[in-house]
Amino acid sequence: MDLKIASGTASAEERIAVDSLLGAPSETSQGAERDESGLRVSRGGGELRQLRHQLLPTLHSVNDRIGFISRGAINYISQRLDIAPAEIYGVATFYALFDTNERPARQVHVCVDLACRAASGCTEETIPEGAIPSPCLGTCERAPSVLVIETGVTVRQEVLAPATKTQIADLVAGKSAPAEQPVAQAAPQTPNKSLVLLSRIGIVDPLSIDDYVANDGYSALRKAIAIGAENVVVEVTASGLVGRGGAAFPTGRKWAAVAAQPVKMRYVICNADESEPGTFKDRVLMEGDPFAVIESMTIAAFATGCQHGYIYLRGEYPRALRNLTNAIDVARSKNYLGDNILGSGFNFEITIFRGAGAYICGEETAIFNSIEGYRGEPRNKPPFPVEVGLFGKPTLVNNVETLLNVLPIINNTGEKYASWGSTGSKGKKLFCVSGAVTKPGVYEVTFGATLRELINLAGGLKSGSQLQAVLLGGAAGGFVGPEDLDLELTLEAARTAGSTLGSGVVMVLDQSVNMVDQLQRIAAFFRDESCGQCVPCRVGTVRQQEALARLVKSSGTGDAAIDLQLLRDLGQVMRDASICGLGQTAHNAIDSALTRLKVFSA
Amino acid sequence: MSTQVTTGLQVRKSIELTIDGKKITAPEGSTLLDACRASGKDIPTLCYGDTITPKNACRVCMVEVEGSRTLVPSCSRKVESGMVVNTDTERTSHSRKLVLELLGSSVDLSLTKNIAKWNQNYDAEPSRFGAPSYHHRKRDDAVTGHHHPPDGETAETVHQPVKIDNALYVRDYSKCILCYQCVDACGEQWQNTFAITTAGRGFDTRISTEFAVDLTDSACVYCGNCIQVCPTGALMFTSEYEMREAGTWNEPEQTQTDTICPYCGVGCALTLHVQDNTIVKVTSPSDHSVTHGNLCIKGRFGFQHVQNTKPE
Repeated sequence: MDLKIASGTASAEERIAVDSLLGAPSETSQGAERDESGLRVSRGGGELRQLRHQLLPTLHSVNDRIGFISRGAINYISQRLDIAPAEIYGVATFYALFDTNERPARQVHVCVDLACRAASGCTEETIPEGAIPSPCLGTCERAPSVLVIETGVTVRQEVLAPATKTQIADLVAGKSAPAEQPVAQAAPQTPNKSLVLLSRIGIVDPLSIDDYVANDGYSALRKAIAIGAENVVVEVTASGLVGRGGAAFPTGRKWAAVAAQPVKMRYVICNADESEPGTFKDRVLMEGDPFAVIESMTIAAFATGCQHGYIYLRGEYPRALRNLTNAIDVARSKNYLGDNILGSGFNFEITIFRGAGAYICGEETAIFNSIEGYRGEPRNKPPFPVEVGLFGKPTLVNNVETLLNVLPIINNTGEKYASWGSTGSKGKKLFCVSGAVTKPGVYEVTFGATLRELINLAGGLKSGSQLQAVLLGGAAGGFVGPEDLDLELTLEAARTAGSTLGSGVVMVLDQSVNMVDQLQRIAAFFRDESCGQCVPCRVGTVRQQEALARLVKSSGTGDAAIDLQLLRDLGQVMRDASICGLGQTAHNAIDSALTRLKVFSA
Repeated sequence: MSTQVTTGLQVRKSIELTIDGKKITAPEGSTLLDACRASGKDIPTLCYGDTITPKNACRVCMVEVEGSRTLVPSCSRKVESGMVVNTDTERTSHSRKLVLELLGSSVDLSLTKNIAKWNQNYDAEPSRFGAPSYHHRKRDDAVTGHHHPPDGETAETVHQPVKIDNALYVRDYSKCILCYQCVDACGEQWQNTFAITTAGRGFDTRISTEFAVDLTDSACVYCGNCIQVCPTGALMFTSEYEMREAGTWNEPEQTQTDTICPYCGVGCALTLHVQDNTIVKVTSPSDHSVTHGNLCIKGRFGFQHVQNTKPE
């Protein structure tokens, strides 16, 4: 491409950051070489443009080392990947963890989202000076939480939770955080071998494949290879498993659709961009049982004929990144990944792809754009990912928890799995219980347990707490009140009750929580996280936030009915006309608070 | 059920579907918008342009398709056999009304065609979201994932100063609805220059060069193909902008003359817009087989010599 590069030259450090990922540049910047007679032969463009999926990793590499992405860095990346500087700028400015302006090497991201602000009262306005307000960091069981990123030759990421204001100020001042708690603390039912999804948490060393294998690890893959790909799909279909990311699509149907595609090049993506406020189950699985993620992805790929897998991991999960990276390396060295896995003739590789601070990239088609090096905007459906997905090829996208369920399905049979749960909701489900309970954490239950039973499992309400509301399913879910404690936590019962289980969030809010503040945070969250592509979501999320602000400001004096009607109108257009699930669900929680909890109508 | 119909040189299958209770046929591969318009339905469009792959970003052309949970963008959804489509329901009207209100309350639509008519048809009242805020925020410096909290009174807008950084055209992003057409025309769909992009996220998304540098420092080649596709007057010839500022722009008095560009042998069609015997801007017919509305800097802006008179 005929690049026009404006002023700005990359520093030596920036070049090293880029070259460490892309390799040393050839003689000229665009990949041209000199032949024997000294003539310049360029075979750059087309070959370089095949590398566009390296754009986000390259931006990460620069951001990790330098702390921000300068003009010079963008110009250099532009030459190395043959992408126009403007396009790179468009991608870099899409992600909240990147900055195109110079900033300090140390960034302290303080969660101001639902669980954390309920726990500490930390808001965008009240966090210590020098800290950066952050959406949910996915450590809600230890709220309030902080993520420190210190960029440099080796980037350091630390999670501190719970964090006091003094501790946050110390972190801003440069102090190190104490070592993070063991992951098993986030799953109070563990260690317990009789659990199905959490059976290894707190029992195995997450870094040890020998531990994993000694605890049923890779038995499912061996069995899958023995029964053959088609039978794996049959078992998964028979299990009645549905997606655990929030949309509850039948997993077997998705697998069968991918397996039936005429195109042979196919991809599997493990959606680990867990960013729904209040959700942390995938983090616990990836940190505590990373080999299980790798094994279940391998089975999914084997069953559907995929040659390559990506784990799209949110950028705020440092320990999950470490443990998964180790798991992939070790699994490859033991022939659980790579060519001819376990002598089956099946070849499969996995790449971890780090997100960079964008909730929208958990939307299955936005993941494709993000991996391909474009802005993480959702695509129009149809065509559906099973036909036209990543790099235009058939693609299987499954959430972490969904994939983990495949192991017990194959180990036991689909029929056995389907015997657990209710008529409409089969199997085991993880719930992320946070807020005013004695033992917050990830809980595994059989579908059908009631909300009351789950809260009791989590030790019941904290002493002195009275239940005000429970947020089910996250910011894209909905609130229920104290009168709904006997709600069965099944997909069908939640639907009948006009609610949703979403990603399994059960955030328990007591009388100390300001509901109006929670609603305003939800509105702010969706406004910040809207990709900006379609009008209903881009402008609707702003108008929704403004209407709430008006209701607060004019409380008691103005005419609330007008703004309440505006909110309903906005909710309907976002639900009806947004491109993707983000806009379509951006009013759900607020709607439930207005109608069920009667917030603003007192 | 399907029969073969011949359109031009291509043989395309004909698809049967129902629109507003009436059975119709449409060629395979055509969109619902094509089919609706062919059967006389008046469906508003804003981000849709006839030379660019539909981005379906504005969501004003939504129709109801039986079996679909959400409404469907007619501009990009292809016809399918047996589809049952409704173009005028409570839900479609609500959606169109709200989209018109959301855009009307945040963007200057004063130069957008048909907007007054559609606002009336759909009972759209952009002012009900509060008085527009013209608070000066530097949109180019917006920090992704962060925003200024609302003040509890006004409705935020994309208002910002007009960007005048070159002699040929101006960019008034207060009028930008983010249809993505300029980016697509500059980039992979036509010009392959990639001087502009969508930067930022959410409400702060904006059309920008890298680091918002002036066009003169960017890769822009001044083909003006972005101006050609802009549906809201956000991109405008400097000549038009200056005449509008001076109050002398008089569109009804202008004539349009088609001619062939004299500069090279390609044979691009030009439409000269003339007012008071002076060329005030140049476009190209979007349905022309050579240009599809596209020109280069010479055809688009190289008209000044025509009206240079000999010094006395």
